[in-house]
Amino acid sequence: MLVFALKRFGSALLVMFAISVLVFLIFFATPGVDPAARIAGRNADAATLAQVRHSFGLDRPLPVRYLLMMRHLLIDRDLESFVNRGSKVIPQIVQATPVTLSLVMGAALIWMTAGILMGTAAATLRGKAADPLIMLVGVVGVSLPAYWLGEVVNLLTQKQFHDSLFSWVPPPGYVGLGQNPGQWALHMLFPWLTLALLYAGIYARLLRGEVVTALGEDYVRTARAKGLSERRILLRHALRCSLIPIVSLFGLDFGALVGGAALLTEVVFGLPGIGKLTYDALQNLDLPVIMGTVLYAAFFVVLANALVDILYARLDPRARHA
Amino acid sequence: MPEPLLDVRDLRVRFRTRQGLVTAVDGLSFSVAPGEVLGVVGESGSGKSVSMLAVLRLLTNPNVTVSGEVRFRGRDLLTLPDKEMRAVRGREIAMVFQDPMTALTPVYTVGWQIAEQIRAHERISRKEAETRAVRLLSDVGIPDAASRVHAYPHEFSGGMRQRAVIAMALSCDPALLIADEPTTALDVTVQAQILDLMRELNTQGSAMVLITHDMGVVSQIADRVLVLYGGRAAEEGPRRAVFHGPRHPYTWGLLDSVPRVGGPRLRRLPTIAGVPVSPGALPEGCAFAPRCRLRHDRCAERPVLTPGDVASHLDACWLPPDDRAGLRLTARAAGGEQSGEHGEKQSEKQGRDTEVAS
Amino acid sequence: MTTAQDGTAVPTDEVLLRATDVTKHYPLRGARRVLRAVDGVSLEVRGGETLGVVGESGCGKSTLGRCLVRLTELTGGRVEFGGQDISTLSTRRLRPVRPGMQLVFQDPQASLNPRRRAGDIVAEPLLVHRYGDAGAVRRRVAELFDVVGLAAAHLDRYPHEFSGGQRQRIGIARALATNPRLIVADEPVSALDVSIQAQVLNLFADLQEEFALTYVFIAHDLGVVRHVSDRIAVMYLGEIVELAETEALYTAPAHPYTQALLSAVPDIDDGTLADDGPPRERIVLTGEVPNPADKPTGCPFRTRCPYARERCATERPRLAPGASGRQVACHFPLAG
Repeated sequence: MLVFALKRFGSALLVMFAISVLVFLIFFATPGVDPAARIAGRNADAATLAQVRHSFGLDRPLPVRYLLMMRHLLIDRDLESFVNRGSKVIPQIVQATPVTLSLVMGAALIWMTAGILMGTAAATLRGKAADPLIMLVGVVGVSLPAYWLGEVVNLLTQKQFHDSLFSWVPPPGYVGLGQNPGQWALHMLFPWLTLALLYAGIYARLLRGEVVTALGEDYVRTARAKGLSERRILLRHALRCSLIPIVSLFGLDFGALVGGAALLTEVVFGLPGIGKLTYDALQNLDLPVIMGTVLYAAFFVVLANALVDILYARLDPRARHA
Repeated sequence: MPEPLLDVRDLRVRFRTRQGLVTAVDGLSFSVAPGEVLGVVGESGSGKSVSMLAVLRLLTNPNVTVSGEVRFRGRDLLTLPDKEMRAVRGREIAMVFQDPMTALTPVYTVGWQIAEQIRAHERISRKEAETRAVRLLSDVGIPDAASRVHAYPHEFSGGMRQRAVIAMALSCDPALLIADEPTTALDVTVQAQILDLMRELNTQGSAMVLITHDMGVVSQIADRVLVLYGGRAAEEGPRRAVFHGPRHPYTWGLLDSVPRVGGPRLRRLPTIAGVPVSPGALPEGCAFAPRCRLRHDRCAERPVLTPGDVASHLDACWLPPDDRAGLRLTARAAGGEQSGEHGEKQSEKQGRDTEVAS
Repeated sequence: MTTAQDGTAVPTDEVLLRATDVTKHYPLRGARRVLRAVDGVSLEVRGGETLGVVGESGCGKSTLGRCLVRLTELTGGRVEFGGQDISTLSTRRLRPVRPGMQLVFQDPQASLNPRRRAGDIVAEPLLVHRYGDAGAVRRRVAELFDVVGLAAAHLDRYPHEFSGGQRQRIGIARALATNPRLIVADEPVSALDVSIQAQVLNLFADLQEEFALTYVFIAHDLGVVRHVSDRIAVMYLGEIVELAETEALYTAPAHPYTQALLSAVPDIDDGTLADDGPPRERIVLTGEVPNPADKPTGCPFRTRCPYARERCATERPRLAPGASGRQVACHFPLAG
């Protein structure tokens, strides 16, 4: 187990190193992109450029520059943004993380609940009218883009019906959980629903397929021959086994979302999360921030992967000895 | 004859398919006496598995219709409310399926799954149920049952799994055990072990229905034999009678076409021409007629099971009831004749034609 | 080689296929152990005969079959086909040898490409080995269909439109296409219904007679193997434990495993058995086959052998030829 954990950890480090090098190279080795020019601002003369280059260490060879950046980012933790001079990268990420975590965790709770309910219901009601109906709802959810849906939600809650139906909806933005839990939940409610709708549709579809397959398995027939109730067969046998692939997929989606893939939702609802931070940094080609957020994202994806493996072994005894 | 434990009358199972209504079981009647082993044999599509699944109402496909009467201890199982039916399944009638590799839920321990069945039917504590699971596992010959009870199905070999499945089936002392090809997926030495186990169970008084395609297995363990073809009974009788003096041409074919481990070696095996009838294309008359070497005009009419020399030995065939042994030799000769140089191609062609037709 | 019972198909004495100490090991992930699927198998197949290979699941019989036609690389040992060592030939040099040896698989469903017509499936080996122009190929395919008892109307059908027996006929036609001298058939009838199984076995017999084929017939069914084979090799845990003429093997098995295997077969009691002599002694083996990655020391069968003694644990018995040409790998064989 220890060997396994060490191996896992080692490979995670390797992945993060590779990603950081890749990001670094994309920005510094891409011809036509001169970070010094961006830092110095428009119309800067050659002398200023040279000075900027020197003060940022941009005149050193690439490997040294990479190491310098990593040292500032990870060891000294004082890596500064190229664009907003003086604002450090790490605190920005630390500030954005709870926002993203709030969004993704809440949404995940909603979409898993909805997805499992819809998927299981559709599978049990197969052949009846309700099954295609539930699946249709799922497809609609999948096919509505988050940014569009978010805008529509905003339009309805903030404008059209703001004075009547949705007068209780706060303006877009984020309130910390520690500050005011009620307001926190209220602010997050529509972002949660928007993000969850997409994933609920996907998960419902996947789970329905899994449960339908499981209901046709031999072990379900055995369970029925044992005299178990249909409810028990469905929940303890068919659904239990169907959850195995779903959970592993969930881990990956969750990791990616926490890593910044909830960008569109964050932008639409004005949530200052990681996605928004990355988005803004990309707009400005702000390499230090990009590097920070990318490594942060890689960390979460790798972490989620490791958790999925552990969870998988918990859920599926067959995977334990492999 | 004692009051039968299970008495099936005119069982009919139909599937609605895209090609139309398919009859998998066509008016099947049979019974099982207490303590008796009934062997049900037939090839694929004979309806042997489907009929037993219908008895336990395990055909959940909404496109299936089952009709007839399944009397078990005086009650008609087909009309029983779901809840009462569940109380019958697993407690009074248990079933063991063909493939032990997939018959157990992979995510629970073997002991948990046995205890689950016990607790579905009896009000006992989890602890007691587990103790009983250990005893059951050791009864079916699993060594070190106390620790193996915590093993997952994938940690058992095929033979062990089938033992565990049988232990589970026996957990509530069922009056009837239905085993659907319980040894087909197993190696021959393991099969021998499982057959011994089943024989032992039978001596302890359980009645059994053993579904198989293997005539050898049936001839080793059954008290009575039911031969199915095309969802209908072709022949039924005590084991000795059926194997020593088979009456139906299909039974002759089944017995003759199996290559044996003893006796004379034939260069060519006697065959049954053509392929097993498919449930979608059952003929009006005798289902076996298209493949039968002795078919005649009468076969256009559907034969019913009628007693032959002995009242307990029945067959559904229009051939004259006496001297079936002689007719069997005639049929064999008819098949052998075609094995000659010229006739061979002829029979191949015939076989081919029937295959094309199907 | 003795003549078959009806006097036909007298095999020539020439050795067509010779395997010498063939091993096939699969490395196991993580562990430093290897799975010994085939572990030092030597055998000879004479032209025109049928050598049966029988054993339980996991005994390595299928792997051996693949080694014999070099569908898998050997870990050790050599295989000679028609006097030529094929175990070390390069893929290119192997190409002209391939048409002479073909494989028929167990599952006709899985071994036929579902998206190709039956005629195209049979034509494929002809095209690969440049049989001739399109017309010649078409004529040959039609001929092959006739030989295996399929109608010409079947040429354009897809595999799923055939019954199991017919699909196996397609597989056989494909194997026959290149006029092979050797056919290795791996459980060719075990997926078929009894009545169909008999038809396909008869087809194998007819083809052997017609084309002077040599078979290596791999199966787990002892009745089937007895029916088709002139000689039989019994495998256990990757090794041949006994190799003998069919009649000798079945009437007086020399290896305890062969004896147990035979006694475990539930034979049909149709009233004729009593004439064969006293009822066979039933030996029910305890336990199951050990893991081929963790083979017992000495004799592989000793852990389940009712006659095992001390020597069996320390010394691995070699397959040694006895007086009657029978070979047994046992320190204490039951028969000569």
